Amino acid sequence: MSDLVRLLNVFCLLSLLAVGGGRAVLPEMQHETVAVHHWVTDDQFATIYSLGQMALGPNMSMVALIGWQVAGVAGLLVVLVAFYLPSSFLVYGCSYIWDQFKDNPWRDAVQRGMAPITIGLMLAGVHAVGKTACINSDRPLDFNIIASIVALAVAGILIAKHINPVLLMLLGGGVGWFLLRGG
Amino acid sequence: MQPKASNRPTLAQIFTAFARIGAASFGGGLVAYLRDALVDEKKWMDEEEFLAALEIGQTLPGLNSVNVSIIAGRHLAGPLGAISAAAGIILPGVLALVVLGLLYDKFRQNPDVAAALAGVAAAAVGLLLQVTLKIGAKQFSNLRDLFFVVATFVMVAFFHVSLPTVLFLVAPVAIILCRPKTQPKP
Repeated sequence: MSDLVRLLNVFCLLSLLAVGGGRAVLPEMQHETVAVHHWVTDDQFATIYSLGQMALGPNMSMVALIGWQVAGVAGLLVVLVAFYLPSSFLVYGCSYIWDQFKDNPWRDAVQRGMAPITIGLMLAGVHAVGKTACINSDRPLDFNIIASIVALAVAGILIAKHINPVLLMLLGGGVGWFLLRGG
Repeated sequence: MQPKASNRPTLAQIFTAFARIGAASFGGGLVAYLRDALVDEKKWMDEEEFLAALEIGQTLPGLNSVNVSIIAGRHLAGPLGAISAAAGIILPGVLALVVLGLLYDKFRQNPDVAAALAGVAAAAVGLLLQVTLKIGAKQFSNLRDLFFVVATFVMVAFFHVSLPTVLFLVAPVAIILCRPKTQPKP
C-alpha cells in the first residue's frame, strides 16, 4: 500500500516537472526509481525506456511498466494516473487563461528562456540512459564499444535520413543478439 | 473556437479518432500524426488553432502529444471531450506496453533476449541523442542558450542537482534574459 502512495508522489511530481515533454524528466525519474526507491535496477530502467521507444503512442507511457514492476496492475494504473493527470489538469486550466495572454510579450520570453533548459535536461537524459546501455562499468569493454557504436550509428543515420526509428531499434536488437551474447 | 454544430463530433467519435492516432504512431512523431488527422482529415481544427494548441502544449509540463489532445478535445466537446481525447491517445500504447512487459518478464533471463534488448537499448540512446540534437539545433548555435544547455546538463548529470532546484535556480535567470524589450510608448 505504501508503495502505491510513494509511486503516486514521485510520478505526480515528475508530471508537473516535465517541462518540454517527458524526456526532460528522464534523469530525475531514473534517480528516483533506481537510487532513491530501488524500484528497478539501472539495467531494467534502460530496458523499460527502450521498450517504450518501440511501443505505440506517447513513448513515456513506459512509466506504466515501472509501476507494474513495483505493485502489479494497481501500480500500473496509479503511475499512469499520477504521470498524466496533474499536467493534464494544468494544461486544461491554462488553455483558458493562455488565450487571454495572447499578445503578452512575456509568453515568448518564457518559451525562449525555457528552451535551452529543456535541451540541457534532455542531454542529461541521454547521459542517464547511455551510462547504463553504452558506457557501463559493470560490462566488458567490447560490450561497451559495440553498444556505443550502435548508439552513434543510429543517431548518425537518423540525422542523415528520415526513417522510422522503430526499424533502427529492431536493427539494434539484431546487432545486439548477434554481437552482445555472453557480453 | 467551437466548431460548427454540424461538424461537432460525439465523444465516441473523438475517442476513436484519437485512439487511431495513438495506435498508428509507431516510434514517436505523434504531433505530426495529430496535425494530419485533426486539421487535414477531420477538419476539427484549422492550422492556426492547432499551432496555438501546440504552443501551449509545449510550454506547459507534460507530453506535447497528450497536452495537444487535451486542448483539442476541450475545444470539441468540453471536459468530457478532453478526457476522451487523452484516453484515446494514451490507451493503445499502454496496452502494447503491457504485452511487451509480459514478454520481457517471461524472457529476460534468456541470454538471446538479453543480448537483443541490450542492442535495442543502445539504439534507443542513439535515438534520444538525435532527437535532442534536432530539437536543440537552434539552442546549440546560440552562445547564451548554449550556456544554459551546458549548465543544466552539468548540474543534473554530474552534480545530481534535483530537477526542481534546477528549474527554480536557472529558469528565472534564463527567462529574464529573454525578457521582452520595453517598447517606446506610441
